Amino acid sequence: MAEHLAMPKSWNTETKPHKFCPGCGHGLVLKVLGEVIDELEIQDRMVFGVDIGCSLLAWDFFNVDTVQTHHGRTNPVMVGIKRANPKLLPIAYMGDGGGYAIGSQHLVNSAFRNEKIMAIVVNNCNYGMTGGQMSPTTLPGQKTETSPYGRDAKETGNPTLGPEMVAAIASPGAYVARASVSNMKQLKRFMKKAVENQIAGNGFSFLEVISSCPTNWRTNAKQTWAFMEEEMAKYFKTGELRTPDESKEG
Amino acid sequence: MAEKPIQEEKRVFMTGNEVVAWAAVAAGADIMYGYPITPQNEIMHYWTRLAPKHGKKFLQTEDELSAGFTTLGGALAGRKSFSATAGPGTTLFQEPLSMAEMMRIPVVVIVQQRGGPSTATVIYSQQEVNMVTFGGNGEGWRVVYSTATHQELFDYTIKAFNTAWKYRFPTFILGDGYQAKMREPLVMYNPEDRGIEMIKPVASLGLPGTPGKDRDAVHLRNTYSVEEELYDATMPIQEDYEKMSKEVVEWDERNVDDADIIIISHGVVSRAAIAAMNRLREKGVKVGYFRPITLRPFPDEQLQKVAAKCSNFLLVESALGQLARLVKSALFNMPIDNFDTLYKPGVGVTAEELVQRIEKTIK
Amino acid sequence: MAILVKIAIAGEGGQGVQAIGDILAEAGNEEGKEALYIPNFGVEQRGGVSLAFVQISDEQIGSPKFQHGDIVIALSERAVARTKQYVTGDTLFVYDSSLIAPPEVADEAVGLQVYDSVAPEAQADAVSEQPKTGKVELPKNAKKVIGIPATDIALSELHPRVFNMIILGATVRAAGVVDIETVKHALETKLGKKFIDDPKLRELNFNALQRGIDLVEEALQGEENNDQKDV
Repeated sequence: MAEHLAMPKSWNTETKPHKFCPGCGHGLVLKVLGEVIDELEIQDRMVFGVDIGCSLLAWDFFNVDTVQTHHGRTNPVMVGIKRANPKLLPIAYMGDGGGYAIGSQHLVNSAFRNEKIMAIVVNNCNYGMTGGQMSPTTLPGQKTETSPYGRDAKETGNPTLGPEMVAAIASPGAYVARASVSNMKQLKRFMKKAVENQIAGNGFSFLEVISSCPTNWRTNAKQTWAFMEEEMAKYFKTGELRTPDESKEG
Repeated sequence: MAEKPIQEEKRVFMTGNEVVAWAAVAAGADIMYGYPITPQNEIMHYWTRLAPKHGKKFLQTEDELSAGFTTLGGALAGRKSFSATAGPGTTLFQEPLSMAEMMRIPVVVIVQQRGGPSTATVIYSQQEVNMVTFGGNGEGWRVVYSTATHQELFDYTIKAFNTAWKYRFPTFILGDGYQAKMREPLVMYNPEDRGIEMIKPVASLGLPGTPGKDRDAVHLRNTYSVEEELYDATMPIQEDYEKMSKEVVEWDERNVDDADIIIISHGVVSRAAIAAMNRLREKGVKVGYFRPITLRPFPDEQLQKVAAKCSNFLLVESALGQLARLVKSALFNMPIDNFDTLYKPGVGVTAEELVQRIEKTIK
Repeated sequence: MAILVKIAIAGEGGQGVQAIGDILAEAGNEEGKEALYIPNFGVEQRGGVSLAFVQISDEQIGSPKFQHGDIVIALSERAVARTKQYVTGDTLFVYDSSLIAPPEVADEAVGLQVYDSVAPEAQADAVSEQPKTGKVELPKNAKKVIGIPATDIALSELHPRVFNMIILGATVRAAGVVDIETVKHALETKLGKKFIDDPKLRELNFNALQRGIDLVEEALQGEENNDQKDV
């Protein structure tokens, strides 16, 4: 039975309290990841890569070797590390902009080539760090700084479905799932399976996590949860899309 | 008749990014392509809010490579298109800009410099001079205006569209994070109200008529087979560039005739240089000032003339010699008394420290 | 010799520092002066203190930032430490002598606290808290140091939400470079709609402004009447 410590052992206590905004989902995702690192004991083998955007605030978050890269380029840096030293377990951590916009080409190619790395995309439907611009996962009608009158799906498309895309092109051995910070038990299950897939060396592991950004959504606590659990849930379904043995949890 | 974006000349007090958005509207820009990166994001924010009211268009692309290439596409389609970027974004822009240089595509790009290299700071620097003047795998066939005030941001953004479409070289407004974020007054106006004629864009592709029937098809390329072919294609561009340079070059010089020391600077740092010069002159120190406004084409001849009068220079920039490189190239082979430098990479320069520095050297 | 007044305002995020700087510069501009306001954003400092730089002059202003301020306003322990570098023998230093936990300054009372000009990227240090030590080392080299209990007054006499209006009034009196009427006009321009919805708000804000002016006025006169050494 896993412990739920206030702070996972793999967390770097010197950099706590952390720098994320109040109400940000990153803290929850990183807590779950911290527990998984503890339970699977991968602190010494793991390399953590963070992107540009709010994910960069996690550059000194763990007692794990970490590199902050460029926007959208965390995947290829992790790929480079793994190919050079296959003993390491690289985990790339980025937002929906870094994953599905500027980093989309790298994400797609990592999936195609069945790279033995893990990528986590924290999806909060906007570019948070730079002040709340529209992102590939912004919902139709959602107001952002570059869609001030609401996203027009006819003009700019519907929200990107990242795990669905990766699931469609990934090779056998991949693990692809979507979770949400509003269901921490499921998030932990999926996070653990994704990392186990890495340890087994089966293929590409990909996990999108629905997350919150009250600062740029300009929502209070109640509205924040409502947006995630009601609005975002309309477009982004949680569940496993690909597992190495093809037994999926919906 | 479309409603004028600016009804009448008015003095306003706004941030530099907002000024750029308004200037682009006033210049008749049709479409902006962009990608988020600090400190230029607000140009997009203001443009997307102004756009529907003035019949303008916007696309946020997947990254800066795309923003650059979509901007090229807009210009090829005969629309005044522009983009804005900074830092790592400027680095990505070099690929599309190389294509613009080779193919003479008139795009306008506003660069709000931030610290470098890599992610560095989101705040300020003058460290993108190398990239903006000579980035890409080309010869720097670009026009670069380095602005210092909000009035200039407004005036030169408008001018950039005309320069680009008249001479067909990619044209830049080189600002910085301080200019982007600070608020100061300026006067906004419609260029037509001041007798400035805005050049109408012309399409390269998609012209009326059926190719092969009504007109020849347009076939554009940027590839050549052998060395001589390339040479024959590029030398005329160089000729055009040199011809254009004479008409486009701009600079500012003050108090050089009797100067004992001349401060060389560009962009926002030149404001500190002017303030320092004035303060020192009040104390009887004969300080002069030279500022290139166009970094490309660089005012070589004009600087040489100044150097002939006084060549005791203090060059100051918020970079490690990027302006100095352009200056030294301009002054090649001239006898120079003294070339002193104050390099503050990614850090602002105050008038006070310039005064202190010069007072120390004359002691 | 040109008139140039350099003002630096510093405080915790949420104390309304940027609003003060912005309205002050706006007022300068409305009086036809050259005015320049730039927020400080970035991780250049440890601690995430919010800084605003304002310059008001009768001729074009040089650099957006400056080495030493004519007026320096510090609203928290950390702000006092952070602004030491801007203080010289010519500086008038005003600080909030309450120096307790920063009060909430809500949008309705004083307008925008979060400026589109402050890059969140740069707030990487902003949220980390340093423990209050209760020890504040005021600058010893200033021309004059004035402590005004703005937080206490806001809490006990006026309303916590107009804390930064008290500070704004104090800054206006200390700088002596813009008229209070222009400042009120600038406030109307920014908050006009809110004042129409709730006229009591206007009264509250303007009272707070005046209170700030009076506090500095008293302190300056007190200095003149007594032969007091600098604190």
